[in-house]
Amino acid sequence: MKMIPVETTINGDQTEFLCNADESLLDVLRDRLGLTGAKEGCGTGDCGACSVMLNGRVVCSCLVLGVETQGAEVETIEGMADGETLHPLQRVFIEEAALQCGICTPGILIAAKSLLAKNPDPTDTEVRYWLAGNLCRCTGYDKIIKAVQKAAAEMRAA
Amino acid sequence: MALDDQAKRTFKVVGTRVGRPDGIDKVTGKAAYGADITAPGMLHGRILRSPHAHARIKSIDVSEAAKLAGVKAVVTGADLAIPDDEGFADIAINCLARDKVFYDGHAVAAVAATSKSIAKQAIRLIKVDYEILPHVTDVDAAMKPDAPAVQEGRALENVPAGMSQNVTTRCAFGHGDVDAGFAKADKIIERSFKTAATHQGYIEPQACLATLGSDGRGEVWCCTQGQYMVRANCAAVLGIEESQLRVISSEIGGGFGGKTSTFIEPVALALSRKSGKPVKMVMTRDEVLRATGPTISASMDIKIGMTNDGRITAARGELRYSGGAYPNETIEMGAQAAFAAYDLEAVETVGWNVMTNRPKEIPYRAPGAPTSIYAVESVVDELCQELGLDPLDVRLLNAARKGTLSAYGPTFNEIGLVATLEAAKAHPHYTAPLGPNQGRGLSCGFWFNFGGNTCVSLNINDDGTVGVVEGNPDIGGSRASISMMAAEELGVPYEKVRTVIADTSALGFNDITDGSRVTFAVGLATIEAARAAIREMCRRAAKIWGIDEDAVLWEDGAAVPAGPNAGTHPPMTLAEIAAVAGNTGGPIAGHHEVNADGAGVSFGVHLVDTEVDPETGATKILRYTVFQDAGKAVHPDYVEGQMQGGAVQGIGWALNEEYIYGEDGRLQNAGFLDYRIPVASDLPEIETVILEIPNPGHPYGVRGVGETPIVPPLAAISNAVSRAAGVRMCELPMSPPRLLKAMTG
Amino acid sequence: MRYVKPESYEAASALLAAEDGIARILTGGTDVLVMLKAEMVEPDLMVDLKHLPGMHDIAAEDGGFRIGAAVSSAELGEHAALKAMWPGVVEGAELIGSTQVQNRATIVGNLCTASPAADSVPGLVTANAVAWLHGPHGTRDVPVVEIPVSPGKTMLAKGEFITSIYLPARPVGASDAYLRFIPRTEMDIAVSSAAVSLELDAGGTITAARVAIGAVAPTVRLVADAGAAIVGTKLDDDAIAALIAATEAACSPITDKRGTIEFRTKTAGVLAKRAAHIAYSRAGGKT
Repeated sequence: MKMIPVETTINGDQTEFLCNADESLLDVLRDRLGLTGAKEGCGTGDCGACSVMLNGRVVCSCLVLGVETQGAEVETIEGMADGETLHPLQRVFIEEAALQCGICTPGILIAAKSLLAKNPDPTDTEVRYWLAGNLCRCTGYDKIIKAVQKAAAEMRAA
Repeated sequence: MALDDQAKRTFKVVGTRVGRPDGIDKVTGKAAYGADITAPGMLHGRILRSPHAHARIKSIDVSEAAKLAGVKAVVTGADLAIPDDEGFADIAINCLARDKVFYDGHAVAAVAATSKSIAKQAIRLIKVDYEILPHVTDVDAAMKPDAPAVQEGRALENVPAGMSQNVTTRCAFGHGDVDAGFAKADKIIERSFKTAATHQGYIEPQACLATLGSDGRGEVWCCTQGQYMVRANCAAVLGIEESQLRVISSEIGGGFGGKTSTFIEPVALALSRKSGKPVKMVMTRDEVLRATGPTISASMDIKIGMTNDGRITAARGELRYSGGAYPNETIEMGAQAAFAAYDLEAVETVGWNVMTNRPKEIPYRAPGAPTSIYAVESVVDELCQELGLDPLDVRLLNAARKGTLSAYGPTFNEIGLVATLEAAKAHPHYTAPLGPNQGRGLSCGFWFNFGGNTCVSLNINDDGTVGVVEGNPDIGGSRASISMMAAEELGVPYEKVRTVIADTSALGFNDITDGSRVTFAVGLATIEAARAAIREMCRRAAKIWGIDEDAVLWEDGAAVPAGPNAGTHPPMTLAEIAAVAGNTGGPIAGHHEVNADGAGVSFGVHLVDTEVDPETGATKILRYTVFQDAGKAVHPDYVEGQMQGGAVQGIGWALNEEYIYGEDGRLQNAGFLDYRIPVASDLPEIETVILEIPNPGHPYGVRGVGETPIVPPLAAISNAVSRAAGVRMCELPMSPPRLLKAMTG
Repeated sequence: MRYVKPESYEAASALLAAEDGIARILTGGTDVLVMLKAEMVEPDLMVDLKHLPGMHDIAAEDGGFRIGAAVSSAELGEHAALKAMWPGVVEGAELIGSTQVQNRATIVGNLCTASPAADSVPGLVTANAVAWLHGPHGTRDVPVVEIPVSPGKTMLAKGEFITSIYLPARPVGASDAYLRFIPRTEMDIAVSSAAVSLELDAGGTITAARVAIGAVAPTVRLVADAGAAIVGTKLDDDAIAALIAATEAACSPITDKRGTIEFRTKTAGVLAKRAAHIAYSRAGGKT
């Protein structure tokens, strides 16, 4: 199988990689680029643990081919903090104990950030429906919803 | 180790809501889970699984797979030892089948190749000749004497002759004259219940990276609830020595009991030994659901008698659990837990474990208890309904309390059931108005909580900081709680303590992270280790001061002279003592080894309002409140998180989650699309009320909290739905087709 | 698998027509990548069409809208004018999968997967939507209702693909609605579904009605009798009863892991009733 060269931008950095045609963006990120923050919980778009931003929209990276990202802008959890300064969502998730095992956390943070970019003042119901594709088995979602709302309030006030 | 005098103690660290030490790594994607590491030259392993529910393996031909370019090793069951110990032998044949496959998804062979795609191609080239055998997946069908035998000769001596070969265990608990008790009842209700098997549903599939040399030395990196358990299982089925195998537990992406066994680690080690290279294996979600532990499926009969004023006169339960294709002990816990919430004069519980052509049951959060308590609490609720009694009053009237002879034998010590019920009764939720098609349900829940083998080292660093080394994977924030207890005991700030999880070579044996044992048992050992370090620090101070070591006390993180006779030395802080340790006798450390008992049982009460759609059978959870005795809540956020997470897992079990088998014995919903765990939009806020009834068995009064909260939701929701729908539901899950059928007849 | 981004529609159909092995088209990828992962299909050729002209456009045309084949569900939901005219179509599209999936999934992909449970299809059927096909022998218009022929199969010829969907203009006093039944609140495949599109006269009487049902037959089904049952009414109880009866009569579902024959049939009728009420209210009708 011939590998295909791809040029893309990941977290603001110009990135080149080679991948097979049938390789998912998730596999490229994890196996070829060492960006293991996106997790594979299902590989079929049902859990959201692999969420990344693709050209400004949150997607499941398991449902994107690596070759499709030619010329695209990809943002992953590794690009969310600014150096040692956490994004408000990241900081509030720790403060509010919105994670237990943490495996779903990168995907939820990416998805929550995309929600607040589109809707800075969502209702709880809107947060819950936006995040319905991000499965969490530990928390029962309660503290996640509260953390998103607290971060949203902080971000609105900033 | 007994409870300290609570009246005198004011906690400084314990009970606060500090940040977690693994927080930044987990919110930035840095935390390394099972699938997140690689090794130079590593291969990718993949497993071929049985498509049949039950079949004899006539032959396996791996020659074509082995010839494929890039394939470096192929293994089958013949590459693993079958140890004499039945438990280890079951693990071996579950990791790679021998002469028979027992369920759809049973591992048959495995390959290691230079890429994932080559490994995938290679397993398709393995030819297995199966002779398909009759199968049975339903627990009641498997109990019939003429049912297909999943395995033969596995029944214990306590199983009466003439029963199906699939029945492996009988157990019985109780006391009093049950028949006489029923004779005193004004109302008796007897009902049969069924519950579907559910899966732990952790989001991180099992993953490992393993290396094993021909000299028998190896290492495994894996996500597990117990690195020592992985070491023991792997050593046994590979025929190597435990000392030569180092197991490192990664960050763990959820377990809930599901990662208390091994599935892929021995296979990866066998592939590594054969190929001479490190082998990484990561399960797919399909494999997780088809081949790792679901919980038991159950069929249960419950009979309870009650007087008109709500006193239970007698109770009897017969429980039939299927733990999949192997003998299993979960039934014992289910049978013991069934009536634990009640103070009963006469009670009898009989349990049976039955083998079926399903995956090997692996514990799931309070294993055995949610189903049996669901059945009991449903009958209690129906009696309350029939007799026109308040369900909380009836539970208070019959509640187990200190001194109660429990239905499973022990007499209870300080327990929090009555306080928990009273808290529920006083809560505004209990009296809030309900609308049409709405119903309120409640249920008690119980879990034993474990203690167990525990080993902790606590090191005083020369800069005055503290390192705690413990041996239980951190599944719910335990590194924070352990650091908090160390800080509390030593009298230093939380930030000065760092707790790490040891690999198997760095610390003595520890039982797995199970039974809600870690905060209790590791906490207890940490406090004792801290006390040992304190004793040593007091000795060092005594030496410096030239006074008797008995004349030194430890207060607020410093050694102080004990009274005027000890002299007027200024306090020496932990940091000051540590800085000169080299001059006073060398490094300072404390350690503690214990097989901890006194874990202290835990009770909870859940209150839920549901609304049912009479036209579709859909159930909506409107309001949910969890009340639980947590003992001393070390980190209240994490206690609440356990209560909320457990409740929501129970909601999934009650409403939608189930293993669905076809006529062909194959699992039909091996994915998150159709194995439907709750999503965020399914749920309301989960309110929590923590009660702190100190556990006499722990110096700070800590009890395990993690498992109890999955127990009450099944019955609480079933009771709420039954009341809302006007029809008593006796089967889980109450999926919309099932509920609509019940409502419309 | 070869991955190709052809330079034109013509090149794409030539490529697809010439492929001897299994070819698949990639726009949103939310179905085809799942099939790849599950090893249900292993294409020899993957043709990416997203970059071709018009594929991402929602364009006003003759009073209606032409929707490019690569327009995502999320983009449909963000288009205020389209959503105002065809709210039922858009709500169907916005029910496909999660937020993440909606950012990639397309109604054309949903249609071409040919699942009887496809959420966007009943709405398109009741809208009288027309698919524009491009093939080796030119282009043609085909009503959406004719595209799926059985589960997983479409009437598209080899080398043919859909480049856009046309939603016609609507008169004043018209609207639509789509409802599905799922066990959870999100993330499930429809167990049954119904779309209703209505036109009302100034007095609120229904002058035209189309009802389509999903997940209760091998393909999404347009139920002419159900539509006829409510024409000339204001959704009074008798009309609703007739609507439900006609809907139920049109169901021929299967029992499987997601639902039983009885459940699917019963809920399809309930959903048709509820969707009719929503569409009626959206169209300005008052009950």
